[in-house]
Amino acid sequence: MSLLKVDDIHVYYGAIHAIKGVSFHVDEGEIVTLIGANGAGKSTTLNTVAGLLKPRSGLITFDGKSLNATPAARIVSQGMALCPEGRRIFQQMTVKENLEMGGYTRPPKEIPGSIEEMFTRFPRLKEREKQIAGTLSGGEQQMLAIARAMMSRPRLLMLDEPSMGLAPILVEQIFDIIKELHAAGVTILLIEQNAQAALSIADRAYVMETGNITMEGPADDLLHNDDVRKAYLGD
Amino acid sequence: MISLLSTLLNGLSLGSVYAIIALGYTMVYGIAKMLNFAHGDVIMVGAYISFVAIFYWGLPPILGFLLAMVVCTVLGIVIESLAYKPLRQATSLAVLITAIGVSYLLQNSAQLIWGANPKAFPAMFSLPDASLFGGSVTISNNTISLLNDQLKISGNMILTILACVAIMVVLTLFINKTKMGKAMRCVSEDKGAAELMGVNVNLTISLTFAIGSALAAVAGVLLCASYPSLQPTTGAMPGIKAFTAAVFGGIGSIPGAMIGGILLGIIEKLGQTYVSDQLGDAFAFAVLIIVLLVKPTGLMGKKVHEKV
Ligand SMILES: Nc1ncnc2c1ncn2[C@@H]1O[C@H](COP(=O)(O)OP(=O)(O)OP(=O)(O)O)[C@@H](O)[C@H]1O
Ligand SMILES: [Mg+2]
Repeated sequence: MSLLKVDDIHVYYGAIHAIKGVSFHVDEGEIVTLIGANGAGKSTTLNTVAGLLKPRSGLITFDGKSLNATPAARIVSQGMALCPEGRRIFQQMTVKENLEMGGYTRPPKEIPGSIEEMFTRFPRLKEREKQIAGTLSGGEQQMLAIARAMMSRPRLLMLDEPSMGLAPILVEQIFDIIKELHAAGVTILLIEQNAQAALSIADRAYVMETGNITMEGPADDLLHNDDVRKAYLGD
Repeated sequence: MISLLSTLLNGLSLGSVYAIIALGYTMVYGIAKMLNFAHGDVIMVGAYISFVAIFYWGLPPILGFLLAMVVCTVLGIVIESLAYKPLRQATSLAVLITAIGVSYLLQNSAQLIWGANPKAFPAMFSLPDASLFGGSVTISNNTISLLNDQLKISGNMILTILACVAIMVVLTLFINKTKMGKAMRCVSEDKGAAELMGVNVNLTISLTFAIGSALAAVAGVLLCASYPSLQPTTGAMPGIKAFTAAVFGGIGSIPGAMIGGILLGIIEKLGQTYVSDQLGDAFAFAVLIIVLLVKPTGLMGKKVHEKV
């Protein structure tokens, strides 16, 4: 049984029909990536799964339970976290407070230990524990955003363009972190502009175009597919 | 010199009331991104409730005071859920007009229930008469006289300033140290991201209204203890002044509301004493305009850090 199953969802912004019947699934232990051009509807899809937007029709099930009627604030405690597009860390709070907020739904006594775990994984954040998050560099902010999402101990981590705006060396570092988290047992659903990098680490991939999924398959196949290479890998 | 000291103390006391009201304005603005123009009228409701409880029902002042806080807290939550919550997605102009409507609703309801005639607010408490330090400090009529009777400090003034300090300390600790306070700061920065953390945004907004309204009740009782005339429009002017103070300090900023309120009170009293009795308000607003010209975000206005 799939950990996450999205079945024929339609999402609207007012009159704009942004997602037109999208279906996909993510199995436990996989890395799945969603690639597509700007405006294809990737972020809208992830935001809908996380509950920030509600589908007008279709079904979203996580771990066998329907999420359609669950408000976003209750979805995180079911074991799913979204690291949103543009990071959206709390700029005026310290690094540590951001991490505490990531663990908001967990018992308070477990939080200090989890923060220490994050500091071990992200030593740069440890050095900046008391710094106001808005003054971190772009790469540090992205690490904080990922660490904050991990603070809820998700089974499924959704990442919306984690490499956006980062220098190549940092992009590599972010992808290494994703691989590490995956190796530690977290299922990953990844959106990327950097299709090459995403397809190289993913097990399976979906290609989105203007609100529809137009192609799907093992990431390796898509990586060597001529259409995909032309459209998304700049060949 | 002593007259200056006395003016400053008076200003500090008046400013403390403004600060307590401004906190409600600024917290609601910070979290719900709306100007709750009915906030001033919640002050008036708080004052009436304590008046009725103490004067008509004969409850001890402290109980009247607590009752006012409870009623205003509930009132704040009810106003938010009936009038503002349905407008979460509406334009800010629609919300503003609704807030003005709620303001008139409260004023007219008060007039219907308690009449338009001003009520003389009873003394909340009395200091015992005494003569201390060989007569250099005397207490009579609820007023402490110092320096050969030249400096008079009323018990209400002291109570007001102490209440303001206590509220500042407790609120600052609440916002910075408690889980709920941190959730409020998150909601004020980014509602969507707060939801992703698991924060119940609607509940947080209700809580903000509850706290702001409880503070309004405190302000109402303190205000009427110092200026003991109570009528349905009592809250309107202090409400506008406190709103000014919140803007002055940087709307959305809690330390800004505290500093803005206290400064506004002091400036107003200085203006009344040294410029013109009638022009105290004008003087205060002139200072506000100058501050906003120099620093449009207010004294403690938030700088937004943005990095891509
Ligand atoms: N808040 C909104 N209101 C109206 N339309 C929106 C809103 N957000 C997104 N859209 C529209 O929905 C469509 C899908 O947007 P979405 O952000 O999901 O794309 P995306 O695939 O994530 O793009 P990108 O790669 O640029 O992040 C776009 O046409 C966009 O203009
Ligand atoms: Mg996007």
